[in-house]
Amino acid sequence: MEANAEVQVPMRKPDNRRRTSLLRKFYGQRYLQVMALLGVAWMLLFHYAPMYGIVIAFKQYIGIGDIKNAPWVGWEHFKSIFEDDMMLQVIRNTLGISLLKLIIGFPIPIVFALFLNELRSLRFNRIVQTITYLPHFLSWVILGGILISWLADVGVVNDLLMGLGLIKEPVFYLSEPKYFWGIVIASDIWKEFGWSAIIYIAAIASISPELYEAATIDGASRFQRMWYVTLPSIKGTISILFILSVGSILNSNFDQILVLKNQVNESMSSVIDIYVYEIGIKQGRFSYSAAVGLVKGLIALFLLLLANSFSKRMNQSSLF
Amino acid sequence: MFTSDRRTRGELWFDRLNVVGMLIICFVTMYPIWYVLVNSFNDGTDAMTGGLIYWIPRQFSLENYEIVFSNAGIMTAMGITVSKTLIGTVIHVFFTAMVAYALSRKELMFRKLYMVMGTVTLFFSAPLIPNYLWMRDLGLLDTFGMYIYPAMFSFFDLIIFLTFFREIPDGLEEAAKIDGANDFSIFVRIVLPVSLPVVATIALFHGVWQWNDYFVGVLYTNSEYLQPIQTFLYRVIAQSSSNQIVGATGGAINRTVTSQSIKLATMVITTVPIIVAYPFLQRYFVKGLMIGSLKG
Repeated sequence: MEANAEVQVPMRKPDNRRRTSLLRKFYGQRYLQVMALLGVAWMLLFHYAPMYGIVIAFKQYIGIGDIKNAPWVGWEHFKSIFEDDMMLQVIRNTLGISLLKLIIGFPIPIVFALFLNELRSLRFNRIVQTITYLPHFLSWVILGGILISWLADVGVVNDLLMGLGLIKEPVFYLSEPKYFWGIVIASDIWKEFGWSAIIYIAAIASISPELYEAATIDGASRFQRMWYVTLPSIKGTISILFILSVGSILNSNFDQILVLKNQVNESMSSVIDIYVYEIGIKQGRFSYSAAVGLVKGLIALFLLLLANSFSKRMNQSSLF
Repeated sequence: MFTSDRRTRGELWFDRLNVVGMLIICFVTMYPIWYVLVNSFNDGTDAMTGGLIYWIPRQFSLENYEIVFSNAGIMTAMGITVSKTLIGTVIHVFFTAMVAYALSRKELMFRKLYMVMGTVTLFFSAPLIPNYLWMRDLGLLDTFGMYIYPAMFSFFDLIIFLTFFREIPDGLEEAAKIDGANDFSIFVRIVLPVSLPVVATIALFHGVWQWNDYFVGVLYTNSEYLQPIQTFLYRVIAQSSSNQIVGATGGAINRTVTSQSIKLATMVITTVPIIVAYPFLQRYFVKGLMIGSLKG
């Protein structure tokens, strides 16, 4: 630890007195340093050390033995990404699902928060909040289980639609690829719209009541107040959240899709994260999976940094 | 929010429609949960014959639950889930808060460096396979520690703690220091107790994550004695490998349960703890989430 202190502290010229006083300072805060360094040790062990394994993307590693002994193959795995027919499909599914989730799912919590704010009874408002937050805390395994049983041939959805006479024969929703995106997007919105509204609800709560009073005196209707007072007051929050969701567009909901996908709907359900998992763990193509994962990670990093600097410039506030 | 006593006709209708709309939203949110509950209390073979059961059990039965609670496999999985949630959450909260406290102190040397190292973890991490190989090399595959150690720290949670700790008046710590307490005991005896809201928030989020996560179990364990209940359910539901469930019904030939009805009962007992605990913790997490998202 003492050697560490010497290396890290920038010194213009060797100055023994200064060095001793720094060491003394370090010793004086030794409890704090141990507490902080335990965290650093965790990061090194569980976050930075696994990155060493990225070298297998440049090697031919088949999963057994030491990574060090695997032969180097250079950029070969990265080249095969471009020749992989599956890649196009996988990218299309990832971007398609993410973009649709963004376009359809992003405005819903905002609209929900706006209307919630118009409720006159604060008690009812609280109850609605409690109920709509709840699905966020349920696992995708449970929701997936419900969905799979509802969408089955003798499930709720077919029962209702046939009862209404809208369809004659039961439809196997999860076995037909064309329904997959719709199912994933709708169920994600169902689970998260209430929870995503929290942040807007908080932003709305901090709007000064005087603004509303002034608008009311000017004869503004409820819709006009929502449109001209509430919405403009939360547009900063909206733009930050929008930019950040664009920045994480490559991250599809892995937990959700892994539960709902099956071999029949694969053509529409295989997204990048799922593909990395399947070629790696199921097919044992460790090196290729690492290469795909690395490229995805780097592009995602770039997008996130871009999004972050955008929101910084727009609002003088950012996540980091 | 703002109450003007005289409402115009239009406003009155707006309010009514708004309430009705909210009631519909609440119904749509709650109904799937109700459906599972009702069907789990219905006789299994009865549910297979005739139409679907929408509102109340058609033939009430507790048999599904009797089987679930007497099934060793399901109970072992439940035990794993409970213990990883309790142990994992305590360790995660204590460890992350401890590091956060150290980083919240301005005089900490190399603080900038530690913060940069942590921030990087938010943006980039090793891909799945390299990560898997490292866990294998650490000897964590098929161990209970796999649920605990890799999850005991999160820099994102650290930022939430950090924001909160900065608000604590310095006077509190100064007084303890004069009494000769070291920084660690200041953290344990003074800082933690006054930080209950944020501790509760992080505990809730991490606890829910531990409770709900199934993928760590899928990827890193093969032993059926180590799989948490969510992993068990995933294997039953998504891979429709109902062997485990059939195994559960075995020896109960005369019973009127089906793999579906047992599945539903298992889903209910997996979800009930969350639904019960959640309203009590709600008042904390709204505040905690605000602290985290608005950033210091």
